[in-house]
Amino acid sequence: MQTFDLGKEGLRALNSSLHALKGQTNMTAWEVINPKGAHAIAAGVDAPVDITVRGSTGYYCAGMNKLATIRIKGSAGPGVAENMMSGTVIIDGDASQYAGATGRGGLLVIKGNASSRCGISMKGIDIVVHGNIGHMSCFMAQSGNMVVLGDAGEALGDSLYEARLFVRGSVKSLGADCIEKEMRPEHIALLSDLLKRGEADGKARPEEFKRYGSARKLYNFNIDNASAY
Amino acid sequence: MCGIVGLFLKDPKLEPQLGAMLTDMLITMTDRGPDSAGIAIYSSAGQGLGKLTVQSAHPEKDFKDLDGDLKEAIGAPVAMLVKSTHAVLEVPLGQLDAARAAVAHLRPAVKVMSSGENIEIFKEVGLPKDVAARFDVAKMGGTHGIGHTRMATESAVTTMGAHPFSTGPDQCLVHNGSLSNHNGVRRELKRLGMTFETENDTEVGAAFISQKLQTGETLGRALEATLTDLDGFFTFVVGTHNGFGVVRDPIACKPAVMAETDQYVAFGSEYRALVNLPGIEDARVWEPEPATVYFWER
Repeated sequence: MQTFDLGKEGLRALNSSLHALKGQTNMTAWEVINPKGAHAIAAGVDAPVDITVRGSTGYYCAGMNKLATIRIKGSAGPGVAENMMSGTVIIDGDASQYAGATGRGGLLVIKGNASSRCGISMKGIDIVVHGNIGHMSCFMAQSGNMVVLGDAGEALGDSLYEARLFVRGSVKSLGADCIEKEMRPEHIALLSDLLKRGEADGKARPEEFKRYGSARKLYNFNIDNASAY
Repeated sequence: MCGIVGLFLKDPKLEPQLGAMLTDMLITMTDRGPDSAGIAIYSSAGQGLGKLTVQSAHPEKDFKDLDGDLKEAIGAPVAMLVKSTHAVLEVPLGQLDAARAAVAHLRPAVKVMSSGENIEIFKEVGLPKDVAARFDVAKMGGTHGIGHTRMATESAVTTMGAHPFSTGPDQCLVHNGSLSNHNGVRRELKRLGMTFETENDTEVGAAFISQKLQTGETLGRALEATLTDLDGFFTFVVGTHNGFGVVRDPIACKPAVMAETDQYVAFGSEYRALVNLPGIEDARVWEPEPATVYFWER
């Protein structure tokens, strides 16, 4: 276990040590202490290592993550796991706005609540939120899956493409072109796997969720709307 | 950007440390706004006394004998404490308005930063650490306070463009964001009798709330009205003689974190600003909801 005291050694030293890990490494377990809300902790990691951050983080923690498993033992500031490519990020507390934004792959688990714009423009990431998500979540989401055990805020899935959204609680309002869709057996199977990987299988059953997706009415230019542009 | 910090103390034992705690919080937010900084601190001047905080670009000239001249003008005792470009004038509470009018006459170049029973505002251009040191903020005690560090977007980097803005007795407001309908709202408020020192958007937000309070609205109702009448981005933190309030616009893209323990309620633009507060590890920490008014009063 490599223990890194962020208060003493500083962010650049941490991130350059983590960036030096390429492919296979013997140093597979890392612990970051005294994060104190610092920005960009463990951003840009590209190695199959386990990193545990003991406390709350600031902007862009675990941004662009590839392969690593990053656990935050606190809450995360704005833009956690932004543009994640692969790997897993697990937050014990809450996440601030635009968690998992533009994420292309991997799994983001938020055990508390996520605030506004969670999964905005997601492009393949899977996001599992044990609590609620805020307004404008999954705006222009292109692919991937969003699972919410609690409630969703206003304008869920506005201008949605092909991401699948599963919400157990209430949805304050659906955004433009986002509609409720039927839950078929393949969705139950998908959700069952996501709940398990998202450490939420004891908390909710797939049958309790509703599925939302794109009505696909905004995909092509409609001449009848010409006067609106 | 801009950085905001705020602290409302529940435990009187912390009151002597208010200035030191706020200074530490504000300096942590330096990279959110390095061009100017300001702080509003609330502490009682003593029974029957009020405070007028004034600023001058030429303090050695303007503050020379100001206490004596003011005493003569209002016919009441005046105590003056000069701190760099600012001076705090203590006068009998009933004479506060007379003192303000007299200062405008005696020293026309002097600007009023704040007026009231408890409030003192210090603000200048420069880094938070330099501004705080200049006014010895770390040595000040009090019941609650608000700090701001500015990255200007909407108007010039000047002392008067720095936050907090005070547009009513014991009232102040700091802002992260930008208002888009401030010119229209300013015209409307002028018609209602409000006066303005700058072309700044935040001053309009402050005057909007002060005008509501003048008409007898509660702080909560005044803050709610910002959600319908002000257009743009804002996280506001507002101070009054006995409390402070927080409101974010419905889009809520300007960050905000709050923490509460038995000893205090704290506000920070980021969690970083709160990490050195006592007992923060066990505090209830949350992000204020969009379009929701929060306030604490004693």
